[in-house]
Amino acid sequence: MQTYYSDLLVIGAGLAGERVAVDSAEKGFNVTCLSIVPARRSHSSAAQGGMQAALGNCAKGEGDCPDVHFGDTVKGSDWGCDQEVARLFADAAPIEMRRLAHWGVPWNRVVPGQSFYFKGGQKFEKYEKPENEGLITARAFGGTAKWRTCYTSDGTGHAVMCTMDNRCAQLGINVLDRKEAIALLHDGETCMGAVVRCLRTGQLEAFISKATAICTGGFGRIYKATTNAVICDGGGHIIAMDTGLVPIGNPEAIQFHPTGIVPTDILVTEGCRGDGGTLLDVNEERFMNIYEPEKAELASRDVVSRWMTHHMREGKGVKSAYGEHLWLDIRHLGDKHISTKLREVDEICHHFLGVDPRTELIPVRPTQHYTMAGIRTNKDGAAYGLKGLFSAGEVACWDMHGFNRLGGNSLAETVVAGGIIGAKIVEFLEGYETKLKTEIVTQECKKQEQRIKDLISGRNGSENVYDVRNDMQEALMKGCFVFRNGPDLEETVETLQKVLERAGRVGLQSDGTGVNHELAAALKIKGQVKLALMIAKAALDRTESRGSHNRVDFPERNDAEWLTRTLAYWKEGETLPELQYEDASQVFEIPPGERGYGGGTIIPADEQFVKERTIKKDK
Amino acid sequence: MGRELQFEIFRYNPQKEGDQPRMQTFKLEETQNMTLFIALNRIREEQDPSLIFDFCCRAGICGACAMVINGRPGLACQTKTKDQPNKIVLHPLPVYKLIGDLAVDTGVWFREMYEKTESWVHTSKTFDPTKEEERMDNEVAEQIYELERCIECGCCVAACGTARLRDDFMGAAALNRIARFVVDPRDERTDKQYFEIIGNDNGVFGCMGLLACEDVCPKGLPLQNQLGFLRRKMGITAIKEIFRK
Repeated sequence: MQTYYSDLLVIGAGLAGERVAVDSAEKGFNVTCLSIVPARRSHSSAAQGGMQAALGNCAKGEGDCPDVHFGDTVKGSDWGCDQEVARLFADAAPIEMRRLAHWGVPWNRVVPGQSFYFKGGQKFEKYEKPENEGLITARAFGGTAKWRTCYTSDGTGHAVMCTMDNRCAQLGINVLDRKEAIALLHDGETCMGAVVRCLRTGQLEAFISKATAICTGGFGRIYKATTNAVICDGGGHIIAMDTGLVPIGNPEAIQFHPTGIVPTDILVTEGCRGDGGTLLDVNEERFMNIYEPEKAELASRDVVSRWMTHHMREGKGVKSAYGEHLWLDIRHLGDKHISTKLREVDEICHHFLGVDPRTELIPVRPTQHYTMAGIRTNKDGAAYGLKGLFSAGEVACWDMHGFNRLGGNSLAETVVAGGIIGAKIVEFLEGYETKLKTEIVTQECKKQEQRIKDLISGRNGSENVYDVRNDMQEALMKGCFVFRNGPDLEETVETLQKVLERAGRVGLQSDGTGVNHELAAALKIKGQVKLALMIAKAALDRTESRGSHNRVDFPERNDAEWLTRTLAYWKEGETLPELQYEDASQVFEIPPGERGYGGGTIIPADEQFVKERTIKKDK
Repeated sequence: MGRELQFEIFRYNPQKEGDQPRMQTFKLEETQNMTLFIALNRIREEQDPSLIFDFCCRAGICGACAMVINGRPGLACQTKTKDQPNKIVLHPLPVYKLIGDLAVDTGVWFREMYEKTESWVHTSKTFDPTKEEERMDNEVAEQIYELERCIECGCCVAACGTARLRDDFMGAAALNRIARFVVDPRDERTDKQYFEIIGNDNGVFGCMGLLACEDVCPKGLPLQNQLGFLRRKMGITAIKEIFRK
């Protein structure tokens, strides 16, 4: 069997993974990045909108600073975030955007003089100062006090991904594509790499390293309707969870996006609404201004998703062969705006719907979009439970998003967290040596080989992996979507437990030779159902509504009891996850308060507790 | 009832001993708004789980699912079955190494291309985190992005006459990549340095001008304009070099 050695092994080569890799490579450490697909195909490249950083260069961003960005992030998280982490993030974001500019990102820049913009379908005027000409500009995004979202037309993720991958090529980082990690190598205390299936040959390989970073993105694909790429299937979460030592933080925190197109659930950017697009119902009437008079379409994503679902339940949805949906209207933005600033949207409408957004409405519905849930790490990005294991980006619960992530904060998180955690990994590597225990490598590889043999031979049974996956996805859509309630969640847990049993009896129909997709799906199906059970069980136990977690039977945000983060462990042989809790934040720069959108009452936390934890930031 | 679609799909798994390249037929009923992404996944999940093909974003953004669709390279995810005849013939892209069935190895090809073109900003400046960013004209930024929109699907190379004849031809994607750095004021490389990379038959002078690259580019990149632009630039550089000698 092929064995590879490196100082740092990065699993996942999207923006977070590659950014983590860069720091170690710059310091002369040997770095290997693994990716299921060529790095530039990573889901990072699909992000259209932009990255939040308080540069304050453009007219509508004047007066912005990391403090305001921090405040928006904390409010956005519905006080579910770790405030120390949100602070690290907000402070580092502007520097990281400038660094990206230095490496080659063609950010859009400030153009001086008078120009127009749209908000809520109305035209407004703004004036950009001549002294700011050529600085990085920003656009408006939902949930932000200032225009703060740095962008490159509507291909920000793609442009930044190209630059980051160029940087990796320049540094000679070994980025290996078509490699899928299927298990971590560890001795119960220390992580020392991973067992990997080569997606060129189907062979197993061992990757041994001093430090390992999991940066594999979200797990949207365990839902039926998701905006995520097909590779966002939870592979990274599963190998960490399977150790039984590393917890998944806040599994119940799943974000839904208001505008997935029907039927393929491809995302059209929030930039549509940021730039002045409106949502219409079956009568082609606006409705967001009724529910959210102030912010209307620009209210936070979970809020917009909920009102859309509510409005459809009121009978105002548009009936179609694929279920009900609503309309997104960007017709009034005009040809020039649509063909330049929203070109990707234009192309999506054309290629996948056969719709011209200049003259026609776009069918949209809320869709799973982002997983705030993830591998729980401390503020240095070190995973709980295993030494030498790190995690960054969407796969991690670092945790700056809490229970709701603001648009533009995720793409920014990939590089900002990647930079911060990359530097911490360098510190770790500088003072660290590990002992390689070859028997662990041998044992784990044998175990994985046996798993594959069993699946191919049908030793455990002959359940069809795609049927099992389908039932898991349906169960999540039914019980763990935009609205949640006790009885439905209980039923979902029961259903998923049955699905888990069946997942244990999966056997291949094909022979599993080479780059077999059925085998890849079968290797992760049990892990996926366990993740689904973590979502359902954590959502059932959290008897409050916070951010994207919305309990119809517990509409209040209950800070008295639930100002906490869920830690879900899967112990070997169990049929349910073990849930533990920790305080959401050790300190408060901003004590829990109104998040300023979405309504709902708050049961306040103990005053003394809040007072003890509240700190004054020296500035 | 939708149409009954007939798929003729190229099959060959190089990892399987004794496997022979062949075409295999699958039948599927067409549903509304069906794309090849929906169709191929249904075939794999319902009829033959051994079928190998690549999809990633399924939204025309990542370039993973390029294949030859009824004789023409294109993205499977954004090909609507209603725009195709009843019989849909699918082959893997030529030029690239075959992984299996419809999947090819674009990753290695493009990584080699980055190394040949030194696909990064060459600058002598170092980054100072305490300083304001270096200014740039917005139009220049947009011009750079226009060329950076390439999704590395490989269609242009697969459709290229020269690339089919010669393994070492860099292809439109590589030349477009160079053009991206030529227009970037941050890159300090001189025309002479670019000439070293592309001023030969493997680069700008190898193109036969058949225009297929631009015809099949799913992102509509102006590949021929870039080639013309670079050719003029490299021609002038070559003449200057002759006179210097």
